[in-house]
Amino acid sequence: MYKILEKRMLAPQIYLMEIEAPRLAAAALPGQFLIIRDDEKGERIPLTVSDCDPAKGTVTVVIQLIGRSSHKMVEQYQVGDSFEDVVGPLGNPSEFVNASPEELKDRRYVFIAGGLGTAPVYPQARWLHDHGVPVDVIIGARTKDLLIYTDKLASACDNLYLCTDDGSEGFKGVGTACLEDLCAKGKTYTNCVAIGPMIMMKFATLTCMKLNIPIQVSMNTLMVDGTGMCGACRVSVGGKTYFSCVDGPEFDGALVDWDEAMRRSRQYKPEEAAAMESYGK
Amino acid sequence: MANKIPRVAVREQDPKVRAHNFEEVSYGYDKQEAMLEASRCLHCKNPRCVGGCPVSIQIPEFIAHVAEGDIAAAAGVIAKDSLLPAVCGRVCPQETQCEGQCILGVKGEPVAIGKLERFVADYMHAHPEQSQAVEKAPANGHKVAVIGSGPAGLACAADLAKWGYEVTIFEALHKAGGVLVYGIPEFRLPKDKVLAKEIEAVTALGVKIETDVIIGRTVTIDSLMEKEGFEAVFVGTGAGLPRFMGIPGENLNGVFSANEFLTRNNLMKAYLDDYATPIHAGRKAVVVGGGNVAMDAARTALRLGADTTIVYRRTEVELPARKEEVHHAKEEGIEFRMLTNPVEVLGDENGNVRAIKCIKMELGEPDESGRRSPVPVEGSEFEVECDTVIMALGTSPNPLIAKTTPGLERTRKGGLVASEGGATTRDGIFAGGDAVTGAATVILAMGAGRKAAAEIHKKLSEN
Repeated sequence: MYKILEKRMLAPQIYLMEIEAPRLAAAALPGQFLIIRDDEKGERIPLTVSDCDPAKGTVTVVIQLIGRSSHKMVEQYQVGDSFEDVVGPLGNPSEFVNASPEELKDRRYVFIAGGLGTAPVYPQARWLHDHGVPVDVIIGARTKDLLIYTDKLASACDNLYLCTDDGSEGFKGVGTACLEDLCAKGKTYTNCVAIGPMIMMKFATLTCMKLNIPIQVSMNTLMVDGTGMCGACRVSVGGKTYFSCVDGPEFDGALVDWDEAMRRSRQYKPEEAAAMESYGK
Repeated sequence: MANKIPRVAVREQDPKVRAHNFEEVSYGYDKQEAMLEASRCLHCKNPRCVGGCPVSIQIPEFIAHVAEGDIAAAAGVIAKDSLLPAVCGRVCPQETQCEGQCILGVKGEPVAIGKLERFVADYMHAHPEQSQAVEKAPANGHKVAVIGSGPAGLACAADLAKWGYEVTIFEALHKAGGVLVYGIPEFRLPKDKVLAKEIEAVTALGVKIETDVIIGRTVTIDSLMEKEGFEAVFVGTGAGLPRFMGIPGENLNGVFSANEFLTRNNLMKAYLDDYATPIHAGRKAVVVGGGNVAMDAARTALRLGADTTIVYRRTEVELPARKEEVHHAKEEGIEFRMLTNPVEVLGDENGNVRAIKCIKMELGEPDESGRRSPVPVEGSEFEVECDTVIMALGTSPNPLIAKTTPGLERTRKGGLVASEGGATTRDGIFAGGDAVTGAATVILAMGAGRKAAAEIHKKLSEN
């Protein structure tokens, strides 16, 4: 059993949970994910690790209320309750974690974070910032109230840029427009990492290709086991099929077949809608 | 003469009824039926059945006890060689092992050894008060880690625990059992009634099972040995990675690996309304492959309401599945299309499967396995309409442990390099079962787990 030590709302429909999972906390590296199953009858839900505290033995995840399972996890579990299963870390750490200082020394990173994807940017930016690699972070949201993790990220990067579609905070427009604007003003980057909804990562990729910046994306595909067993997370990258759980979750955005990936993420839409209805939403 | 008695038929659920439920197909023998069937054994001087059993269960001996009605004694005989009789009695391919060697099978029907084994195990589960206490050596202070809680890991752990070792099994999934829990469906191997009991017998020996630990990710083998005090490690991680065909359209919505389909249904219990797991069997499912996994996937899709067809590139004679499964699948109304091989999955405008395009095959020259290899008949392509395609083409070992354990070598096919006794290329690390051989059977994995346990015992008791 994995005890919930903290739970709080970060923005409407978006919650943070800190959970006791000592083995996982000691092992997790930036870019990896975990799987939570709330109870015996629950689904296995993959979530990217947003933070971990090896000393305390905890991991932090950020959950958005989307389907039945996320609603149930947030609405029916309070601090002090426990989830049945929390397993991980899964997937490969971000490429830079294993890069040599020599390889890292000329890199300048920009992250584009969208929605829920903002939280998992934090451990990555933190790692780079702590290793002396220049990092800028762009967070995009529809409106001011939906911006999350701003304080944490401000402490983990050189420059933090906030953008809102409605202009209620920071740059008015989407994250990719902000990146184009920064580059037009003379900023240069050697690497981009985009984490967020697939559609946003697709557009981030198109922008980076235009700007000639290599881009890594974190594929949040459907999964069951997360260990390479089921193949539900198949993604076409450069014309080859990969399993995002064991081969990813990060891939070269320019090589990802986005239309296929987005279509595959809708595989169980009818079943999910029915589940939501029976949950009473 | 004992052999004048015809083989006692086993009672089964009516095919029309069971096609709509997940209850076990076969009811198994009752004591009277088992005793009658047991009386058919000729007690050959040189029992070939024992040679046909991968773990050499003393078959005539246990059958003699069944014939006398002393089931506890029969169980005692089986227990010397097998840890999972209720499982193996149900899932072993008896026709190519013990029963395939039975002398009665030459002119008539072999003794139903598998059904008798199952009866003995089920009887003992129902009458625990009759079971003999397991002898267990006092704790010897040595710690052994077992990775994976499938048949290989359970067998290895049980033997070591009996010899006094402190054993922890690490399981990546949330439930112990490995392929027995995620792969084999309820209608062939009931999970709570049968499997859970055999796993409980292992934990009753003092074996700890830690679920949700992925060795290689959550913790490495080296860390288990250096920081957690495990002196030896047994790797029984199975062969869990699904293969696909590499044909166009395989990533369309509605194409699944049998592993995904079965894991959703078996481990995640999608067939029960109160579980949250979604599953898509569709209206018309096509399952590609001819092994036990293909049969399991097809019969699961059928039970979930899909009109189901199996396509296989060779003929029925070459089907690698157990004969009983093929027979059951046919009884239940699954269509078999032999000498048929998919070349493309076709989708509609939304990217959902609408059909599978196949080509007719014919058998050509025998290949290296001795089977005649199928060759396509030019220009014979045709479409089979369907909205679900399930690929059951076999699996290969997960490379994670080899990749995260320096010095652990793999074969060209991806299995761990290991000796007959399970010693790998790293001192103190042993392996067995599908993780070494690639996908094989429950009984072979169990046998490999036991051999490795003996090797580990030899190594650690020498020190």
